[in-house]
Amino acid sequence: MTTMDARALIVCAAMAVAAGLVGCFAVMRRMTLAADAFSHVALPGIGLALVLRLNPLIGALVALLAGSMLIWAIEGKTKLSTEAITGVVFSVALAIGSLTATGEELIDALFGAPGSMTTAETVFALVAALAVIGFILKARDRLLVSLVSTEVAIASGIGVTSLQLSFLVAFAVTVALGMRYLGVLLMGSLIIIPATVAKRLARSIDGMFAIAIGAALASTLLGAWIAALTHRPSGPVIVAIAGGLFFLSLVKLPALRLKAYADKETPTRDN
Amino acid sequence: MTSQRAAPGDSVLEVDRLTVSFDDTVILADLSFTVARGASLAVIGPNGSGKTVLFRALIGAIPYAGTIRWAPGTRFGYVPQKLDIERDLPITGRDLLRAKLTISHAAKEEALHALERVDLREEVLRQPIGSMSGGQFQRLLVAFALIGKPDVLLLDEPAAGVDAPGQQALSEAIRRLQQDEGVTTFLISHDLSVVYRYASSVLCLARQRAFLGPPEAVLTPERLSEAYGTPIGFHFHDDHGR
Repeated sequence: MTTMDARALIVCAAMAVAAGLVGCFAVMRRMTLAADAFSHVALPGIGLALVLRLNPLIGALVALLAGSMLIWAIEGKTKLSTEAITGVVFSVALAIGSLTATGEELIDALFGAPGSMTTAETVFALVAALAVIGFILKARDRLLVSLVSTEVAIASGIGVTSLQLSFLVAFAVTVALGMRYLGVLLMGSLIIIPATVAKRLARSIDGMFAIAIGAALASTLLGAWIAALTHRPSGPVIVAIAGGLFFLSLVKLPALRLKAYADKETPTRDN
Repeated sequence: MTSQRAAPGDSVLEVDRLTVSFDDTVILADLSFTVARGASLAVIGPNGSGKTVLFRALIGAIPYAGTIRWAPGTRFGYVPQKLDIERDLPITGRDLLRAKLTISHAAKEEALHALERVDLREEVLRQPIGSMSGGQFQRLLVAFALIGKPDVLLLDEPAAGVDAPGQQALSEAIRRLQQDEGVTTFLISHDLSVVYRYASSVLCLARQRAFLGPPEAVLTPERLSEAYGTPIGFHFHDDHGR
């Protein structure tokens, strides 16, 4: 994509907010590598959709949802870590994906394809992004308690198993959202990098949400603008900017750490 | 696995032939007991005897065989054994308590009351949970469990890592909850003097066997030696106001 209309800009912004929020819990649950690999599960769906002459977005979404169900079911059955199962599912998906899609289509799916969105795609993307944002904000407290302790969550009346599935589905939908502009490979990065920046800088969950959303929005909008100016594909520019923010967060860290240390030490020595 | 619902009269919990095994290892075998409403049950036993596993089965976190029947509508507060929290999680104590308030539809005052009970200062809540001391975090978990007015508190070594005055404050808080508000408490503890002082009955788990009875009957040198497989030098005195 080299130019960007207002409609695409709104979709990109909604997608960035969804990615920032989903990323916060993906990063805190230490499923970053799994999350990145998981995005590749879209590939066989894209391949099949192209063979069947359907919209690749539908194929990607179906494959991602099926992948998340599969990972969730195996996880419940075997108690293997999400990371291990995703590793297996992702490799198989990549193999099947490369068998069903041709080289050029595969590159488009991985890095994003040029062209503007149809009205149906725009509506779908907006509704999906809002649904993901709504879910994370509504489930925030339950996700947070489950993250600290599964047992405490169960004792507090939280349906941990269904919450886990809902989160995986939200993740899958977010990846599918970004497929058009960033491609599945780069969408994984937009979920992980802003949230990682936020985890390094924030000291509370609200702070983390704000920084992750800010970083995702800044990278997406700035990236799309620079890409349009320089006639480059937007995906790589967006991810490069997010990466830049991450390195910036490393530079800022020593000063912030000192402040955090001072905050921690002053009022609570006697407890 | 049968669970919950049926009303067991004046008891809050009925456990019948509870068996828990992981792969081929049987952790709990054919365990049956009843807990009266408002009781204070201490669970003791050597390491690996299945105390934590029993708690996890009771809250429904692991699969089991047999029957666990809680009185209908029972609300739980659960304090797990020392949690391994990532140091740099951007979650503060306030975030955690706020989450519990939302989940249990409780008013903010409940959180303040709970903090008072565990003697934890509000300023500590501003810290990320990963940077709290072990004792502070443990008290936070107890405060978390108290929000939502639980009828039953399950405490798995709640005083682990808490300093001596803190331990005393915690024990007192738990005793007050049980005596003044009728909260049924289940307590795993290795401190037999605490058990003797606060428990109305003791469940001793040992090598797939279990004894249940009042502290005087279970905390005898003979029973303890049998349970722990080694002579235990525990002597209780009658001068501590039981």
